[in-house]
Amino acid sequence: MNVMTSIDRSAAEQRNTMRSLPLRNTKNTIMTLLMGGALLAVLFPLGLIFVHIVKMGLSAISLDFFLHIPRPTGEVGGGMANGMVGSMVLIAMASLMGIPVGIFGAIYLSEYGGSRISTVIRFCADVLSGIPSIITGMVVYSMLVVPMKGFSALAGAFALALIMIPIVLRTTEEQLKMVPTSLREASLALGVPLWRTTLKVTLRSALTGVMTGILLAIARIAGETAPLLFTALGNQFWSSKLTQPIAALPLQIFSFAIAPYDDWHRLAWAGALVLVVTMFALSLTARYFGRSGHKN
Amino acid sequence: MNSKVKLDDLNVHFGGTHAVKGVTIDFPANSVTAIIGPSGCGKSTVLRAINRMHDMTPGARVSGRILLDETDIYGRGVDPVAIRRRIGMVFQKPNPFPAMSIHDNVIAGYKLNGRMRRDEADEIVETSLQRVALWDEVKDRLKSNAMELSGGQQQRLCIARTIAVRPDVILMDEPASALDPISTLKIEELIEELKERYTIIIVTHNMQQAARVSDVTAFFYLGELIECDVTKKIFTTPDRKQTEDYITGRFG
Amino acid sequence: MSDVTASHRWKIEKGLSGDFIFKAVTVLFAFSILVILMLMLYEMVSQSLPSLRKFGGHFITGMEWDAVQENFGALPFIYGSVVSSILALLLATPLAVGTALFITEIAPRRLGGFAASLVELLAAIPSVIYGLWGILIMTPWLQQTVQPLLQKYLGFLPFFDGPAYGVSMLAGVLILMIMVVPIITSITKEVLMAVPRSQREAAIALGATRWEMIRMAVLPYGKSGILGAVILGLGRAIGETMAVTMVIGNNPQISLSLFSPAYTMPSVIANEFAEASSPLHSAALMNIGLLLLVITLIINALARLLLWSMSRGAARGTKL
Ligand SMILES: Nc1ncnc2c1ncn2[C@@H]1O[C@H](COP(=O)(O)OP(=O)(O)OP(=O)(O)O)[C@@H](O)[C@H]1O
Ligand SMILES: [Mg+2]
Repeated sequence: MNVMTSIDRSAAEQRNTMRSLPLRNTKNTIMTLLMGGALLAVLFPLGLIFVHIVKMGLSAISLDFFLHIPRPTGEVGGGMANGMVGSMVLIAMASLMGIPVGIFGAIYLSEYGGSRISTVIRFCADVLSGIPSIITGMVVYSMLVVPMKGFSALAGAFALALIMIPIVLRTTEEQLKMVPTSLREASLALGVPLWRTTLKVTLRSALTGVMTGILLAIARIAGETAPLLFTALGNQFWSSKLTQPIAALPLQIFSFAIAPYDDWHRLAWAGALVLVVTMFALSLTARYFGRSGHKN
Repeated sequence: MNSKVKLDDLNVHFGGTHAVKGVTIDFPANSVTAIIGPSGCGKSTVLRAINRMHDMTPGARVSGRILLDETDIYGRGVDPVAIRRRIGMVFQKPNPFPAMSIHDNVIAGYKLNGRMRRDEADEIVETSLQRVALWDEVKDRLKSNAMELSGGQQQRLCIARTIAVRPDVILMDEPASALDPISTLKIEELIEELKERYTIIIVTHNMQQAARVSDVTAFFYLGELIECDVTKKIFTTPDRKQTEDYITGRFG
Repeated sequence: MSDVTASHRWKIEKGLSGDFIFKAVTVLFAFSILVILMLMLYEMVSQSLPSLRKFGGHFITGMEWDAVQENFGALPFIYGSVVSSILALLLATPLAVGTALFITEIAPRRLGGFAASLVELLAAIPSVIYGLWGILIMTPWLQQTVQPLLQKYLGFLPFFDGPAYGVSMLAGVLILMIMVVPIITSITKEVLMAVPRSQREAAIALGATRWEMIRMAVLPYGKSGILGAVILGLGRAIGETMAVTMVIGNNPQISLSLFSPAYTMPSVIANEFAEASSPLHSAALMNIGLLLLVITLIINALARLLLWSMSRGAARGTKL
């Protein structure tokens, strides 16, 4: 009986509930405003950076920027043509090395691997993608640059490939896991060997998602600077051999930004604009792929 | 019987779907009303309208009136938070807060009123757990995590959490459908107990359960209320053919 | 009849051997992840050996960094890295968590989705571009506007002492904060979206306001995941090279003042490694790299474990 009475809603208690409510609602409003304020505080500097890049970049960019290589110190004009081409070369080579490793590694994880070893590899890939890229640069320096007795495009591309691999591996694996087992079984039941099934059925039906991952990985390495410092090194001129140092857009932006010349700063802004536009284009395409993939 | 909750021409839309169509019904005080009907007929939607749960769903529109003791809970100036403290809800799957102990789960809602003394909290926990017949099972491990309980115990914990707030009305959406027969029986006994003090509205797919625990039964079909009457009558001599077909399993 | 069977079998075997080769390739590439990780550790350790032998534990406590006398101690760099990263995290965490909460719990779906893609897009901006903006826009602004103001009103504190150069610990902290906020936000957002709807409904049905729902159901459920996101942000901040190098001033000193230039581990590597003056100098830089590698390995492993435990917990929650 005691139990019954104590659980009764007393008038006083009810008043108490009602009294605390305005206070609670005020707190709710304040916290909501703070969270909205956090969003603004996050977007404001980022928007500011974006506005500056567009404004400074547009005022500095010209046809020359795309056609010429940097002028010697003190001379006005010039462009970053060699840097842009160099970046493309580096990205292409890194993709050739990194994408197959990532994709086939992912196939192992999703199609073959025992659960324990797959978990270990997955974990290592996640950890690897968090290692500072400058370390990757140092490792490639002592693995390739020292034995080959010189900085080279090859070393730069290798460093970028190392950064790509875990990204491609993880995104591809996620996509492969989403392919329904019934699809694989249907193909296997027709007598198609596992490896052909994997390539022609599993991988193909995950293709848009895999493309998204690859594009995101490319976007990531396109802006990497630190791992190129001791591998590709950078080059004031055109380079004709993969065993020579090669220019790269991010490296040029870096060295021009820290130089004490206004004209070089202008070039750095133009380079930044080109880089940012490229990256946004890449991630928007990736998003587009991602979305069309989800619809299917 | 005087009514506690009254729906007056209730309509609920989700975007283009008209999920509940012009429902008018009275829920009598201190009794159990069962809502039955085939899957997708809008039972949960009606129930969730009663404590303004649809406020959380983007794209959901509710029109018509719902009266709780003569106040329109969708009326101007009515705070849904205050309404939900008077109309509690128990869900299909037990959903205790996994980061909290058993003790803290029970007190979670009550605590929102503001600071309280320790012994006050302990008393609320004890009485609430006793009412759901869980006290003896957990009194020695109130500090342990709520996820360590069995599914049936978790569901009773969720009911304890709801009554600790001291609502007037308790809404239950298939509260026993995820439970084994013994836990189900316990929940049913509990509902029987609780109706002394609370107005209970329960959605169930289980005809026997509806017949066992409820005083009044409402049959819904395709978003409309087909028939609502004393449970005994619904299960023996319903007025409408659709009701009879559904009850006897000759439906569709 | 037997002829057909024979050719059929031959086909199967050929298929099997195709399978074998294919599997071998995938195994090779999958295990290359482990090889890369091991190789990195091995290279960094073996290249650091001269420095490890010569300085041992004093490397970590040493204050001198003298390439001419070949006397190397890394404390100023460790100090710079740790202090800049932790301060950046302290500023970034409330902003990032608040933003993620706003996106998932408060904003209408459209607006939330838009803000989320904006944040994601910004998370992809390369660090050299943050550095460019930092050195050409932010540091002059700090030097001319912010630092004089801070000095005027808070100058009595040791943290705002000394001349305003612009490039400083303060600049490093701010640029790091701006850079890690999008990362922490987007991971926290994922974590919050993994909180089951039933948890939110439980709180709302008890008569909680939206904020009380966040406090009662959302944050406790996502606790370990959010912690993982913050620690991952810490890993990024500690390893961040270009932007910090461009704004922090690159002066190996330990000073309480946020106005004085500082130096971080990745920055000294970036600045000196390509032109190391002696084998010992480059071994010392490798040694700093090794420290950095070990720190980030630990941080990342911890963060991943927390994030994984979160997603596994979520799976358990839905399975019941
Ligand atoms: N959040 C929502 N968004 C869109 N449509 C919804 C939503 N919730 C319910 N509906 C639709 O409203 C209708 C009624 O759903 P409701 O969940 O109320 O059915 P129910 O009677 O509870 O079914 P069950 O017995 O299976 O639980 C269904 O057609 C459903 O698709
Ligand atoms: Mg339902």
